[in-house]
Amino acid sequence: MVTLTAPETSTDTNAEAAQHAASTDSFSVDLAGSPVRELNQALHNAVDGQSWTVANPEGKHSLAVGIDARVSVTINGHAGYYAAGMHQKGDVTINGNAGVGLAENIMSGRVHVKGDASQSAAATGHGGLVVIDGNASARCGISMKGVDIVVGGNIGHMSAFMAQAGRLVVCGDAGEALGDSIYEARIYVKGTVASLGADCIEKPLKEEHLAELGELLAAAGRTDNPADFKRYGSARNLYHFSVHNSTSY
Amino acid sequence: MTITSLPAPAQAPATPAQHTEELGLRESATFDRATIADIQRAAATGVYDIRGWGAKRKVPHFDDLLFLGASMSRYPLEGYREKCDTDVVLGDRHASRPLHLQTPVTIAGMSFGALSANAKEALGRGASEVGTSTTTGDGGMTPEERGQSKHLVYQYLPSRYGMNPDDLRKADAIEIVLGQGAKPGGGGMLLGQKITERVAGMRTLPVGIDQRSASRHPDWTGPDDLEIKIGELREITDWKTPIYVKIGASRPYYDTALAVKAGADVVVVDGMQGGTAATQQVFIENVGIPTLAAIPQAVQALQELGVHRKVQLIVSGGIRTGADVAKAMALGADAVAIGTAALIALGDNDPRYAAEYAALGSAAGYYDDFQDGRDPAGITTQDPELSSRLDPVEGGRRLANYLRVLTMEAQTIARACGKSHLHNLEPEDLVALTIEASAMARVPLAGTSWIPGAK
Ligand SMILES: Cc1cc2nc3c(=O)[nH]c(=O)nc-3n(C[C@H](O)[C@H](O)[C@H](O)COP(=O)(O)O)c2cc1C
Repeated sequence: MVTLTAPETSTDTNAEAAQHAASTDSFSVDLAGSPVRELNQALHNAVDGQSWTVANPEGKHSLAVGIDARVSVTINGHAGYYAAGMHQKGDVTINGNAGVGLAENIMSGRVHVKGDASQSAAATGHGGLVVIDGNASARCGISMKGVDIVVGGNIGHMSAFMAQAGRLVVCGDAGEALGDSIYEARIYVKGTVASLGADCIEKPLKEEHLAELGELLAAAGRTDNPADFKRYGSARNLYHFSVHNSTSY
Repeated sequence: MTITSLPAPAQAPATPAQHTEELGLRESATFDRATIADIQRAAATGVYDIRGWGAKRKVPHFDDLLFLGASMSRYPLEGYREKCDTDVVLGDRHASRPLHLQTPVTIAGMSFGALSANAKEALGRGASEVGTSTTTGDGGMTPEERGQSKHLVYQYLPSRYGMNPDDLRKADAIEIVLGQGAKPGGGGMLLGQKITERVAGMRTLPVGIDQRSASRHPDWTGPDDLEIKIGELREITDWKTPIYVKIGASRPYYDTALAVKAGADVVVVDGMQGGTAATQQVFIENVGIPTLAAIPQAVQALQELGVHRKVQLIVSGGIRTGADVAKAMALGADAVAIGTAALIALGDNDPRYAAEYAALGSAAGYYDDFQDGRDPAGITTQDPELSSRLDPVEGGRRLANYLRVLTMEAQTIARACGKSHLHNLEPEDLVALTIEASAMARVPLAGTSWIPGAK
């Protein structure tokens, strides 16, 4: 098991009593002295209401992956690949940067990165909210399937590639080929878009869009004005094979 | 392909005399009738042909190998008396819960979407009856399939359609798909006819669109990333679940070595004859290498890394008989997987649907329009009327029969070679009939000690 240091709200040493009190427990884990395996196993055994603080992550991979309970995890430092991968229900906050595949295939819950995120942030996410205060690199939201993503800074090229569902909000600029081969996901960008990918077009920003954008920005704790954004989505011209589209593929 | 897409002539010409040979007519080997029909179809429609099945061209295959059998220096085992075991353990390198199968013939990944729910259920029933595994596909796991499959392998594909951690934790093994023998380097394809509400819902796509899925994984590239990805999947499943890596045969020596280094428990190598639900014909016929050529390369990589039999090798692509199973295993495979043959066992291409195949511009034995969703046998369709033709219980029974025959045939050969377990078959038991097969399989040409290219 995890090398648990100083549970803050429980001084129980009796195992049964500890379990009883578990739902309100806070734990801290120092990854300088204990392996990632133990952290993840403890998180998989965790129950709703627990909270965890992780020290010295030092860019290790697969931190806090596969969470499936209403727990809250704070990682103090930088995370490597796939932090909070396949996340469900809980809250994960990273006080640092995150590597490739942050919150990949997230289903529900919330993941918040205070720094920047590398490539493929929230890739294939099916639900939940991913907030990146800094910039996100290439392929942010690639193949997204229902997740909501709010990026405070810029995003890299090929973001929202084949994006199927969900919403991507970018408060900075977007790189080349935004939304290439996009399906039904909606993209909102406040800054410039270097270029749009195949079948991705600008669309009118109507009342309903301003409303949902406002909610997303508020959920991410941002104060940007929804009216300053532009909306992008699928032209739906590539939904069926056609010989006339052969130059677009 | 079918010829239905050709525009019908305004007036059908009188049928010409069919005595082509008596007339001294000569068919071109280069422009044979199938090639001519392909050109005509392309000219009429302006799109490439998309179809199911694997490569139809003739390539060196298991038919080009023979077993030597016992002789003065090798004792055979008694056919019906002495034991010849067939079980196999898959995934015990790193996973705490490896699979233990009763026969080394497994069912390959075929998606719900490509196949009807009844077909998937029948595959699960048949496989479970004989103690082997089935595999999901590009479209997620259905409750019917999980329910009917004792051992279920969950595919992790570039599209990640329907991928979720709950199903991941329910899986008995995870198969990371890098490629498929029918199309190494190609993504999945499912045409609008088959994207019903349920299929679309599982894939988070609009109903009725032509779906092209990604060919590259969205969050990793290359062997170094794969190692980290495998680490993540192990962490999520608490190191219980075996992790396979499936590759389409193109550079199997390097791909196998890299998969092992990335931490795979099992490597699946699918040769170019391997089936598909929908791929461009030009891709199926021209990309990838034959199954026969792939096996020795994969085995060599495993042996050089000292992990042959520790990282198990599953071979697929054109497995039809127990002899094929035995030959693949003699060359070093631990198990095999079947796709096309399993569908045939369920009733695909059955002559009893001859009239309906004819109406679709095809014929029993030729039907390959799996992409089209109008399968008379009710297997590669989402049409409720057509799929109701396949009774999953009866289909499962037929598949179980077929799997038993494959196993017994392989045992027959193994006993003749004096082996008390299918895994004891070895390259020494084999010879090749052709120089090509000899060079690819790395066994001597029959009657000689010559292996072309051997040092
Ligand atoms: C109808 C059909 C659907 C398939 N779908 C998938 C799939 O979703 N994922 C995959 O990795 N391979 C898929 N395959 C390939 C099989 O997993 C397997 O590699 C191949 O069928 C083996 O060759 P065989 O058909 O000669 O036995 C499919 C094959 C068929 C015939």
